[in-house]
Amino acid sequence: MEENEKSICPETPQPQPVQEEKKETAPTDKSTSQPTAAPTPKPAAPRPTPPPASPAKNEIKPEVVTPEELHERLAHLKAEGYSLLENLTGTDWGEEGMGVVYSLTNPETFDMTHVKVIAADKETPYLDSVTDLWDIANFYEREVYDFYGIIFLNHPDLRRLFLREDWVGHPFRKNGYEESNNPEIAETDEPISDLAVKYTLTPDGKLHKEETPLFAEEDYVINLGPQHPSTHGVLHFRTRLEGEIITKIDPHLGYIHRGIEKISEELTYPQTLALTDRMDYLGAMQNRHALCMCIEQALGVEVSDRVQVIRTIMDELQRIDSHLLFFSCLCQDLGATTSFLYGFRDREKVLDIFEETCGGRLILNYNMIGGLAYDIHPNFQRRVKEFIPMMRKNLKEYDDIFTGNVIFQNRSKGVGILSKEQVISFGCTGGTGRASGWHNDLRKHRPYAAYDRVEFKEVVRTEGDSFARYMIRLDEIRESLHIIEQLIDNIPEGKIAEKMKPVLKLPVGSYYSAVEGSRGILGVHIESKGDKMPYRLHYRATGLPLVAVMDTACTGYMIADLIAIGGTIDYVVPDIDR
Amino acid sequence: MAIKKNPIIDNIPHEEFQDNETLEKLVEELNQNGVGVVVGALDKLIDWGRSNSLWPLTFATSCCGIEFMAVAAARYDMARFGFEITRNSPRQADVILVNGTITTKMAPVLKRLYNQMADPKYVVAIGGCAISGGPFTKSYHVVKGVDKIIPVDVYVPGCPPRPEAFLYGMMQLQRKVRVENFFGTVNRKEQDPYKEKMDEQYVELLKQQEEA
Repeated sequence: MEENEKSICPETPQPQPVQEEKKETAPTDKSTSQPTAAPTPKPAAPRPTPPPASPAKNEIKPEVVTPEELHERLAHLKAEGYSLLENLTGTDWGEEGMGVVYSLTNPETFDMTHVKVIAADKETPYLDSVTDLWDIANFYEREVYDFYGIIFLNHPDLRRLFLREDWVGHPFRKNGYEESNNPEIAETDEPISDLAVKYTLTPDGKLHKEETPLFAEEDYVINLGPQHPSTHGVLHFRTRLEGEIITKIDPHLGYIHRGIEKISEELTYPQTLALTDRMDYLGAMQNRHALCMCIEQALGVEVSDRVQVIRTIMDELQRIDSHLLFFSCLCQDLGATTSFLYGFRDREKVLDIFEETCGGRLILNYNMIGGLAYDIHPNFQRRVKEFIPMMRKNLKEYDDIFTGNVIFQNRSKGVGILSKEQVISFGCTGGTGRASGWHNDLRKHRPYAAYDRVEFKEVVRTEGDSFARYMIRLDEIRESLHIIEQLIDNIPEGKIAEKMKPVLKLPVGSYYSAVEGSRGILGVHIESKGDKMPYRLHYRATGLPLVAVMDTACTGYMIADLIAIGGTIDYVVPDIDR
Repeated sequence: MAIKKNPIIDNIPHEEFQDNETLEKLVEELNQNGVGVVVGALDKLIDWGRSNSLWPLTFATSCCGIEFMAVAAARYDMARFGFEITRNSPRQADVILVNGTITTKMAPVLKRLYNQMADPKYVVAIGGCAISGGPFTKSYHVVKGVDKIIPVDVYVPGCPPRPEAFLYGMMQLQRKVRVENFFGTVNRKEQDPYKEKMDEQYVELLKQQEEA
């Protein structure tokens, strides 16, 4: 069977050079994986007795600063080592006014600190921008401006991020937003402005608006998207070219912005779970895990050991699913259709496992607050154990058919290089960050679920180019298989769900939890006022930093490389837009 | 097939067109003698061909698009039904599969894509979001059903629909295509809804020019 498939593959017209190329890459692969030698599954270490459930271990107590001292304080914290802006949540606190919670992280130790600021003016609130400290603040602040209308002074380009430029009002404001002001179906094409807007404060305390052109009159700008087969969803890049070289990319988002965060404010906590799967549909398990974990920790609920282990296995299966899709789509985008079919062949096996237990293929609805929706299917363990050796074998096929391909190597090695400083400044977590030498795997650095008692390697590379990002994903599939192998025979007995009330009320406060999603840190920030519905629910999208970095990653490379760079950076658009 | 006009051919009287018995007898006789002859309407032949080579536009906004990729891959293999040639340009596509949520911002883009497609063209709304807004009906930025923008031929419910449902929906579209009159009509499914509008605009434009 394997022989047949190999002989029909048209991607290796010249087997000789492919073989040579493969030898070159082999030593680098060895350090991270041994696919052939099927390792004997190690029994997982017994779990230490859990500490007594303490209420709300994920509660954040942000340090409140005044708008005047905000910039200075954040600059000071950055100098202290908190050089990653992990999350930025805008909130309308009603009477108190509107403001922002900055979540800063130390990129080495992964300690977190939170700073909260409330703008003085309630009608036209304004705050100092921190775009000079963190690159990602550019997009985060534009998002907050879009949703709340908070103006960030000295922000170089304060346009709306998701909504149309002729949109009236700011939908996340608790009062003052009229839905009837905007049509449900826009009749006209969107007016896309060519002007970057900058607000400054005049000495007499008034806002001054300054408009500068994004592109010069004689610039050659082409549009990629919104409907383009290789942008992985609907997303619009305005790309400025100098000959064939990209000199600037202006990403235009929001074509799939559904306002999940706003809808969630009108849903009870168990209801909010339904929407998580539809954000990053290739990380459905992990998204829901993050939200469940955040609510459980806020309530002080300790889920059983069985739930933790099953959640870990499911997260890893989801990661394999996502990375297989990454591989398939990248191959398809670069013209290797056979590899696409190979990837999907194996992905179907993962989906079979999911389907038997969860009933769904893509939208799984498996995790619930306090446990799982249902117990695993009797066939689950058998199927997973069959899948692991098969996947290991097939990963070798991937290397044979695509990794060693000369065309792919030439198009990806040394292309789209991101340095470690850049990925930290842009907050690019997940495989993209790890390809640039940044150890950012939350499963290692802030262990949750059952990750503290399995043995696995954090796959890190230092090249930072497209090829490194590609290899990271393939190697992570191997590590995920290794994790599943350790747990699959050791699923402890226990309850699959704690008994929860149908209506939950979170204690008053702010809560933040994060998991390592398929493509980076997925955080959940909940503001609760003690109601049965969240007052503010914000997701730290894994994809937003990845799109923000596209400008930096593509500048200086050719237009043909944009697809390969975008493919390896691996963003999912519904996760960006939410 | 409905024949609308009385065909005027000098040598054959019109009545003979409706005399099927003689024709059937003739065909039977020929077949018995080993001559392979089939009699049928040309419409049916063309519709058979058209229904088995519907080229979809690759248009996906969210989750349903991933299932569409699964349908295109080996296990579900939509090539069996002739849908495998996905086109990246609307000019070359026969059918647009609306995979996923359509937002207010996306609506004009979708409409433009639809208008760019050549007739005869079909629309399949896939998934709850495209049918009615799905889980996002409460949202301020979601179109509650793609049929508010463009006419829909087939609805495939599910969130996302299973690949089998995709194929079933596409087979329903094939049924629809097979009963169409390709000849005898103007090769259009419906009147162009924008024609009158265009004319009005054109008249106005002329007026303006005259005044100037």
